[in-house]
Amino acid sequence: MGRYVIRRLLQMVPVFIGSTFLIFFMVYALGDPVAALFGDKAPDPATAARIREDLHLDEPLWKQYLLYMGAIFQGDFGTAFNGQPVTELMASAFPVTLRLTLVAIVIEIVVGITLGVVSGLKRGRPLDTGLLVLTLVVISVPTFVSGYLLQFLFGVKWGWVRPSVSSEARLDELILPGVVLALVSLAYVTRLSRTSIAENVRADYVRTAVAKGLPRHRVITRHLLRNSLIPVVTFIGADIGALMGGAIVTERIFNIHGVGYQLYQGILRNNAPTVVGFVTILVIVFLVANLLVDLLYAVLDPRIRYA
Amino acid sequence: MPEPDPYQNPKEAVAPTGAGGAMDLAMSEAETLERDGTGRPRSLWSDAWHQLRRNPVFLVSALLIVFLVLIAIWPQILTSADPLRCDLSKSQQGSAPGHPFGYDTQGCDVYTRTVYGARASITVGVCATLGAALLGSLLGGLAGFFGGWWDGVLSRVADVFFGIPVVLGGLVFLSVVTSSTVWPVVGFIVLLGWPQIARIARGSVITAKEHDYVQAARALGAGGGRMLLRHVGPNAVAPVIVVATIALGTYIALEATLSFLGVGLRPPTVSWGIDISNAAPQIRNAPHMLLWPAGALSITVLAFIMLGDAVRDALDPKLR
Amino acid sequence: MLLEVRDLYVEFRTRDGVAKAVNGVSYSVDAGETLAVLGESGSGKSVTAQAVMGILDTPPGRVSGGEVLFRGRDLLALKEDARRTVRGAEMAMIFQDALSALNPVLTVGDQLGEMFVVHRGMSKKAARARAVELMDRVRIPAAAERVGQYPHQFSGGMRQRIMIAMAMALEPALIIADEPTTALDVTVQAQVMELLAELRRELGMGLILITHDLGVVADVADRIAVMYAGRIVETAPVHDIYKAPAHPYTRGLLDSIPRLDHKGRELYAIKGLPPNLTAIPPGCPFHPRCPRARDVCRTDLPPLYRVSQDRRSACHFWEETVDASSA
Repeated sequence: MGRYVIRRLLQMVPVFIGSTFLIFFMVYALGDPVAALFGDKAPDPATAARIREDLHLDEPLWKQYLLYMGAIFQGDFGTAFNGQPVTELMASAFPVTLRLTLVAIVIEIVVGITLGVVSGLKRGRPLDTGLLVLTLVVISVPTFVSGYLLQFLFGVKWGWVRPSVSSEARLDELILPGVVLALVSLAYVTRLSRTSIAENVRADYVRTAVAKGLPRHRVITRHLLRNSLIPVVTFIGADIGALMGGAIVTERIFNIHGVGYQLYQGILRNNAPTVVGFVTILVIVFLVANLLVDLLYAVLDPRIRYA
Repeated sequence: MPEPDPYQNPKEAVAPTGAGGAMDLAMSEAETLERDGTGRPRSLWSDAWHQLRRNPVFLVSALLIVFLVLIAIWPQILTSADPLRCDLSKSQQGSAPGHPFGYDTQGCDVYTRTVYGARASITVGVCATLGAALLGSLLGGLAGFFGGWWDGVLSRVADVFFGIPVVLGGLVFLSVVTSSTVWPVVGFIVLLGWPQIARIARGSVITAKEHDYVQAARALGAGGGRMLLRHVGPNAVAPVIVVATIALGTYIALEATLSFLGVGLRPPTVSWGIDISNAAPQIRNAPHMLLWPAGALSITVLAFIMLGDAVRDALDPKLR
Repeated sequence: MLLEVRDLYVEFRTRDGVAKAVNGVSYSVDAGETLAVLGESGSGKSVTAQAVMGILDTPPGRVSGGEVLFRGRDLLALKEDARRTVRGAEMAMIFQDALSALNPVLTVGDQLGEMFVVHRGMSKKAARARAVELMDRVRIPAAAERVGQYPHQFSGGMRQRIMIAMAMALEPALIIADEPTTALDVTVQAQVMELLAELRRELGMGLILITHDLGVVADVADRIAVMYAGRIVETAPVHDIYKAPAHPYTRGLLDSIPRLDHKGRELYAIKGLPPNLTAIPPGCPFHPRCPRARDVCRTDLPPLYRVSQDRRSACHFWEETVDASSA
């Protein structure tokens, strides 16, 4: 188990370097971070030169990257376009997005797994067929469409919730955005748990459990669910990172000042430190989430733990 | 040891719509029932085709896709108007004779723009899928077939691309690589899409390689290239087709999302994503501006995902 | 009589129509008796057992007629809840492939102990102690240490012993063993079979042994029922059948066992394939493969003819079959 963790950690290193370098390359080599700072105005040569030096833009790209990463690991993410340190932006943005992601994940787990289990147990019945069609439709409607639609219906037409989220971004305000963010993943979780349940329900060990004379609820919760949910748990774990990255659309629709909002501003203004800094953190979140999923997988499935 | 796939991709998770649960005879007796009337098992592909022809999901989605492709090529079939000719005085007006979907903020005919929007979506979807599928199956196939360090390097490179959140990557990449054509968007989707296909191709090549008849061919001295083309390739192709079809739908959605965020396609290209983005702030006053392109987009994505789903059902007999 | 199956019918809905898996099967087992049910795959031997246990997959399966009398009660008439308390406690089942029949994510101790927790209301701790005893009893070495291990950490033979231990846990009156040794290495097969027979003797249980392996049957069974296309075609005491089968199908099965004293001769195989259960041939279902088939076999379904006091055969020409065999 220990060796397994170490190997996964080592495998993460090149992926981390590759992903962050790719983003770094796109922002610093393909774009022009200095010109962007001045917008439409012509850059003042002295200021431009100072900024170039601050950002090490005269060095070769690999050296810029190393210097940047070196600074990051000392907690220095550079400054945003308005002179604020990027870390300050992060401190205000990440908790908001984290809350949003949390709401989405909870919805995904509770609703997705419940629907999937019901559907899988009633395989082939009208309820199952209906749910399958519904999940396909949900997967097909892009988040920005369903976001505006739900915002319009719940926020404007029926007035059940406020159409946009306040700057505090309280949990109750985040329920509707959370639903929007979770929607597509929710459909995948439903389908995945349904398939998994439907496959496992005919498994020999379930038949054994029935033959042992266990009550139906015990067969389902103790024998069927535990096995069937292993792939679902992995999916949900890997989805945490994806959801945080994907929150950009949802945050834009509901005017939530989270990671997506800051990143979007950073990209629009081509503010290199903001963009690279935020993306780096997201890549780390993504990789750590995946590592945790692997470990969780090993905890849930003894065949991997003892392999 | 079996290693869990850490990035289990959502697209792989699309489950089949159980075409018929009745064949689930989880008993040895089922063997005797699997033969068709002639007592001879059908081949995978002809069996799949036989199954598809009777599947309403397949028929509906295939018809829809044929229709969408036709209007993407010849939008004139459905409208004689010009999507770029607009009349500001008609801004945000509702439907009128000859203009069933009304007008958008610029006073352009929503119906005409919705029809013309198919072209951008289908072009991006088809080109990006072809690109990703070719690149992915080539690299993944080679990695699976030869294994070794080549496999290791490729897997790590694929991991790198998996490590970048798609929409974020798109924002960054497309905000610096700008053009009024569809190619940067297509290029970006291929760039982030190929690892998914490569993974599938690699997996199915490895599975196909283990088949007894491939082992037998190898024992008889069949060379590497010949093996790959004649024996392994055809068997590895089915899963790639399924995943690519479903991916096509999600690529169309991705293009619309990027256009919505202002970094995908750019005017004067007519795109559902752009129109939805323009319509969104006006949803209170003129919801029709949003509903039509959004509906067209969703139905297009749905058609491809349903098609992929139906094909997967047909090609995966054990889930039937 | 411990168990009496009367005129049992089971069918399955399939894509190609209704598959008639079991068509009027009757058999019985007494306490302390071992009945071997013999047949190819598709003969309905496992489905009958599943119907007796009440673990058919429904749908697509359905018991469409008959009675299963266990200690005098008709199990098919019981409510599911009452039936459940019978399963595991009064009759238990051993499956073919222990690796897939045991839950991969629970320890063997949990799975064994579960029997005591659910049926006897024991505490987890007490149940675990009983699990260790059981493992000892089926002669798994170092039971106390291994009780916390998972199925995949055991060898095939050890896993099957765990299955047996699980079936014996509550000392049921009847055990149904569905091909208990088929998935095992030949060397382990005999040990497992011996263990099963020994425990059956000690606890005085009835045993239904489902198998396609005639070699296994000869040593342990008291009586044999041969099944074909969902029907019993012959039933007899074990030595009678080996001496002179009264049905051409049984004859075919016996002839297809490789025998050392027939070395050099061509191995016999029954020609043709078992019938498609959605379209069982009219008349005697075996007639397309039968060397003795005549016109009457194509039209008339043979009843179970009485061959002797405890012997039946569903062949119109059982007499000449017996004669030919004993000759």
